[in-house]
Amino acid sequence: MSKDDKILKDFTSKEYEHGWSVDFEVDQAPNGLNEDIVRLISKKKEEPNWLLEWRLDAFETFKKMKMPNWANLKIPEIDLQSISYYSAPKKKKELKSMDEVDPELIKTFEKLGISLQEQKRLSGVAVDAVIDSVSIGTTFKDKLSELGIIFCSFSEAVKEHPDLVKKYLGTVIPSKDNYFAALNSAVFSDGSFCYIPKGVRCPMELSTYFRINASNTGQFERTLIIADESSYVSYLEGCTAPMRDENQLHAAVVEIFAASNAEVKYSTVQNWYPGDKDGKGGIYNFVTKRGICSGDNSKISWTQVETGSAITWKYPSCVLKGNNSIGEFYSVAVTNNYQQADTGTKMVHIGKNTKSKIISKGISAGNSQNSYRGQVKVMNRASNSRNFSQCDSLLLGNKCGAHTFPYIDIDNKSSMVEHEATTSKIGEDQIFYCLQRGMDEENAIALIVNGYAKDVLKQLPMEFSVEAQKLLSLTLEGSVG
Amino acid sequence: MLKIKNLHASVEDTKILKGLNLEVKSGEVHAIMGPNGSGKSTLASVIAGREDYDVTDGEINFQGTDLGELGPEERAREGIFLAFQYPVEIPGVSTTNFMKTAVNQIRESKGEKPLDAVAFLKLMKEKMKLVNIRQDLLSRSINDGFSGGEKKRNEIFQMAMLNPKLSILDETDSGLDIDALKIVSNGVNALKSKENATVVVTHYQRLLDYIVPDFVHVLIDGKIVKSGDKNLALELEEKGYDWIKPGN
Repeated sequence: MSKDDKILKDFTSKEYEHGWSVDFEVDQAPNGLNEDIVRLISKKKEEPNWLLEWRLDAFETFKKMKMPNWANLKIPEIDLQSISYYSAPKKKKELKSMDEVDPELIKTFEKLGISLQEQKRLSGVAVDAVIDSVSIGTTFKDKLSELGIIFCSFSEAVKEHPDLVKKYLGTVIPSKDNYFAALNSAVFSDGSFCYIPKGVRCPMELSTYFRINASNTGQFERTLIIADESSYVSYLEGCTAPMRDENQLHAAVVEIFAASNAEVKYSTVQNWYPGDKDGKGGIYNFVTKRGICSGDNSKISWTQVETGSAITWKYPSCVLKGNNSIGEFYSVAVTNNYQQADTGTKMVHIGKNTKSKIISKGISAGNSQNSYRGQVKVMNRASNSRNFSQCDSLLLGNKCGAHTFPYIDIDNKSSMVEHEATTSKIGEDQIFYCLQRGMDEENAIALIVNGYAKDVLKQLPMEFSVEAQKLLSLTLEGSVG
Repeated sequence: MLKIKNLHASVEDTKILKGLNLEVKSGEVHAIMGPNGSGKSTLASVIAGREDYDVTDGEINFQGTDLGELGPEERAREGIFLAFQYPVEIPGVSTTNFMKTAVNQIRESKGEKPLDAVAFLKLMKEKMKLVNIRQDLLSRSINDGFSGGEKKRNEIFQMAMLNPKLSILDETDSGLDIDALKIVSNGVNALKSKENATVVVTHYQRLLDYIVPDFVHVLIDGKIVKSGDKNLALELEEKGYDWIKPGN
């Protein structure tokens, strides 16, 4: 092994930091997927009949669908019957406020560096904490409601704001959209709901923190964000899971609706358990995220830092329906050891003068495979539309792979589409330059990788950005060579 | 400070240094001159600890420590600085950030607290003057799109920031016009003290008009074949290297 290989190996074989689990009493459904389970979930959540019907309809659709196989991923057979579709920390009684949440759960989140005690939070981020399938609490609700902002768990939204949920649920991502979206629509358990009323600029970051704790369960959460006319919201999502030998399925759906002049910024730092260094265990992350810029001059911006999961299948997309609307996608996807990622975006230009921008930075290390897959589609009436795409890949070592699959589909002559792509290896020269200045190898690689990903990281809200930088270094520790 | 004895080094089985001896004391400036391919840059890299080179025989001793066992970062922390012939680009990493990481890691290795933002900025401002370097250059990605002069000036700026005991300037004059050469040389001279030493590796006598050496060594085919004072450099400029080659 050359020196470089050794540096890379040391750097990439770092262990997962959030690999612990906590014991608390759970209410878990028996394994298996069938209509009764769908009914059970709906009943557990005390849902209205229309939602049960919606779920059952999705389940019928799902049964006719097949697992997609077009991604550049080797996906082992997933036995959907061996998974439990509902797991919730047992509640002793109905919770009135955050103070009543099981201290064990609060501790779980504090261990992750997320304080659910409002008075302890200095940074002004409202958090909805979702453990396994259920939201355990949302902070700063009262403060937000003064402005008419609704930020709560999905289940609560179904009870308290059924009209809004009914109006928007499944409008951006219909349940028949794809296999995993259909599955999610049938069995989703909880998630976050957010509504920003007309003309309101949300004064704090809204954040959902997902944690899978129970073993042998799938997590299927659903997030719905509605930004009414001329409103603004910045939304954060973080996720971790314990280290377990078996694979766990996570199939979430996120829908964003932006009315005219509204802006939604959605940032994700995904750190699901990626499996061990031999590729054992880890989360299978099959996620459908899409936003629609429904009104004129609206804007949706996705920023993602993908470091976790054994398999990532995820394409946060924008449908640019309103004239002059803007879609953005900034992504850093890091794969190490035996991780596989097939991620990217889809920008669909429908309205006139619509603009989209794609900045994707892939980093592959170890034996991992990292693919960018993106589509830019310009429809016939989307005159004067613009797209700029930049897809860069950075390789650490010589056993990993980086792939780029751009699809460009233009049906309008006045539009302009630019695509740039580069692939590079982390340079021995760069590492030596850093070492000669007194840095150790780990710091050198962290510095180089963070520099490479800077254009994306700077899109993240401040406190997330720092976390993401640390996470990138951690993910790659033990990897250079 | 630096004692090199019978140093043999090779790259991928090609022998480049073949029994080199050199002694550098505190307060001295040494120039290593020689034709292309004589092993000058190899010598610089071997002292800095670049792993591509195999030291097959001999010893490099720095302040009583055998460098053989030390990695490049440990040598840097001991006070060895290499100004690169071709400074490396690191996109997205500003010189400021690069130096902050380096300075603080060196401090950490010595058990000192990292410099806070204010103290670091103060240090930077002070050293910027030495090489007449602008703030905006330091905020840009290091060496990325820099002119030849800017790159070399940036190297000397880093040298000023790290305050090394032994500085090795590898072909620092290459790619510099006369104005840039003066600025870089002035920086190097300003950093000179009785406690530190400088080794200048160069092709041309020109640089030595500005950085005046106490000793000049001629390196040919992996060995120092002649040593003298600054007049030797002038003689080389006039006569070339042929007269000095072994066997002539």
